[in-house]
Amino acid sequence: MNYQLVLKNTNLGDGTTVDIAIEQETIVAIDTGLSGEVEIECRGLIALPGFVDLHTHLREPGFEASETVLTGSRAAAKGGYTAIHPMANTNPVADTAGVVEQVKALGDAAGYVDVFPIGAVTVDLGGVQLAELGAMADSKAKVRVFSDDGKCVSDPLMMRRALEYVKKFDGVIAQHAQDPRLTEGAQMNEGQVSAQLGLTGWPGVAEESIIARDVMLAETLDSRIHICHLSTARSVEIVRWAKQRGIRVTAEVTPHHLLLTDELARTYDPVYKVNPPLRTEADVLALREALIDGTIDIIATDHAPHPAEAKECEWDAAAFGMVGLETAVSVAQLVLIDSGRSNWQRLAEVMSLNPAKIAADLGQGEAIKVGSTANLALVDPAVQREIVAVTESKSRNNPFAGMTLPGRVVHTIYRGRPTVLDGSIVEVAR
Amino acid sequence: MKHLISAADLSLDEILSILDTAEEMSVVNDRDVKKLPTLRGKTVVNLFFEDSTRTRISFEVAAKRLSADVINFSAKGSSVSKGESLKDTAQTLEAMGAQALIVRHHASGAAHNLANSGWISSHIINAGDGKHEHPTQALLDAFTMRKRIHGSHSRGKSLDGLKVLIVGDVLHSRVARSNLLLLRSLGAEVRLAAPATLLPANPNFLGASYYLGLDDAIDEFHPDVVMMLRVQLERMSASFFPTAREYSRGWGLSAERLARLSENAIVMHPGPMNRGLEISSEAADSAQSTVLEQVANGISVRMSVLYHLMSGETRE
Ligand SMILES: [Zn+2]
Ligand SMILES: [Zn+2]
Repeated sequence: MNYQLVLKNTNLGDGTTVDIAIEQETIVAIDTGLSGEVEIECRGLIALPGFVDLHTHLREPGFEASETVLTGSRAAAKGGYTAIHPMANTNPVADTAGVVEQVKALGDAAGYVDVFPIGAVTVDLGGVQLAELGAMADSKAKVRVFSDDGKCVSDPLMMRRALEYVKKFDGVIAQHAQDPRLTEGAQMNEGQVSAQLGLTGWPGVAEESIIARDVMLAETLDSRIHICHLSTARSVEIVRWAKQRGIRVTAEVTPHHLLLTDELARTYDPVYKVNPPLRTEADVLALREALIDGTIDIIATDHAPHPAEAKECEWDAAAFGMVGLETAVSVAQLVLIDSGRSNWQRLAEVMSLNPAKIAADLGQGEAIKVGSTANLALVDPAVQREIVAVTESKSRNNPFAGMTLPGRVVHTIYRGRPTVLDGSIVEVAR
Repeated sequence: MKHLISAADLSLDEILSILDTAEEMSVVNDRDVKKLPTLRGKTVVNLFFEDSTRTRISFEVAAKRLSADVINFSAKGSSVSKGESLKDTAQTLEAMGAQALIVRHHASGAAHNLANSGWISSHIINAGDGKHEHPTQALLDAFTMRKRIHGSHSRGKSLDGLKVLIVGDVLHSRVARSNLLLLRSLGAEVRLAAPATLLPANPNFLGASYYLGLDDAIDEFHPDVVMMLRVQLERMSASFFPTAREYSRGWGLSAERLARLSENAIVMHPGPMNRGLEISSEAADSAQSTVLEQVANGISVRMSVLYHLMSGETRE
């Protein structure tokens, strides 16, 4: 018989080569010699479950000059993603059912990835009054992940209340761990480089002390906590310790913290300004180790688009953040595969299975097997590509631009439909 | 040399060349007619985003003595305070004919950005950027030390083996950073004395060892030069130290501490001084103090820097 769509000769990452047949949104057969009405040649490409980003900034509503739900969705598809979780720090803040439903509707209309909005923990990210978490959970957006990202839920009592409150619908609080007092005016990692550059330091302890507090709160309350963008070796140690105790903590690392160090600040080029800041080589190595050994559960991009003028200025005046949706899998390949330290199964876990599980995303992060939703990224691991700043994203604050990174997303299949073919976006019929 | 951004960018030869030319300039400055035609027809802009009348006037006098046209642009009350970017301001000034921008900015790295971002092609002289560097201050300090030690035989001399103690708010001081880098290139041994709160988090800052009290530093290091940094009183409200009195007791150069220095030791301060806080009047006004020489030498050194960057563009 002829299936609707067949991916020919895909490599499953374990050395086996198969055809994958798709009907509607579902994988219906995995075998050799399958034929379809439409066939996509995938020889030499690794088939991976479509990636899931648990930490994206889409800037809509409010800052559409930097990114919209549509442009961010296209950038995500280009990077092999089939689901993203936009953070709540828009304008207005995503702290009500109305805003999260609006963002989800924009995502549905764009049609490139599932857009699962993250809700704010506190009203207007103010840290003072709990947002309507229940209403957001019950809304059409079915929010399960809540975060004041950009800001830390620094008040311990507020954190306690939030951790308890979301248990009703098995929600999770994603903490941007940053003690505000220890980071007043902070510009970059506090250390030898900041001392020489005369830029105000962001000490690792400002992150570590919040993580230590929050894992203990989670233990006390038997709640679930997710730590955003781990950046230091000591943060890794705290999470490792917490997991050994059985605390229900998950942790993420960004591609940039896996690859770049604070030495780059010597250029005073604000493209390297990010929060939490780029740390030292020792921190990078510890984060990589933790990703390999399972202490860190996921890679999340913290894709943070900014307009040119927010980066074309002196360091102090520049915005924090860098884009990352279209380069994440390359960094993952570098760290897990090309290092010889891990395997494609692990890459699938950290890029897809684990984030979908943390966020309880329906139809995402499923292993490639018959019956699974047909969300797939097909990656050519043999390519070395020079990264360019001009991409599907509206913004160009790309710290990887000019670097050569391995691997390229060739095709992306989102719920049975190609969104990227041969490295190019497939325009959605409107 | 196209720009002067950081003391770290200067080789020993370049430093000595700048200091030796400054010796020539100081001869001019002692004459009745203190003017050279070197930069006639060239335009230098003092681009100051932060008030510093002393530094601005020093550069202005230096440029005028080399016959340059000088434009003072204070960012306060200008389009900058209405949100114009550093890039636009610099490009506007260059479009008006500026060939060199002398830049004072509250953000570390601002001069570096102007020199390296490709926004403009003018010479950039860093006249103090945030907490980063102030290289002409370090050059004039080195010039002053050399002159005190070697007098009229200063030309060609380094500062080999000279023991320099920098005291005070190292963490926030661009003067300390530039001096540390420049003096090290000149062969001096530099140590620091400060409350731990005012030292950079990495205690072995740029390889300099440190003392947490001024008394230990004087007794153990026996410095040839004591350089006092200005203390900003707003540090007190931010709990870097409890009170002015306690700071003065721990790290101020009192008459009693001055007496414990070797009699040839010199006392420096970049100004403006807080008398009674980081430096006593006895120390500031003593024969060992170089405070006024530093001001006078500043003009000679800045003339030398302008000359090195701008005269005969063939130097590059
Ligand atoms: Zn964050
Ligand atoms: Zn973020």
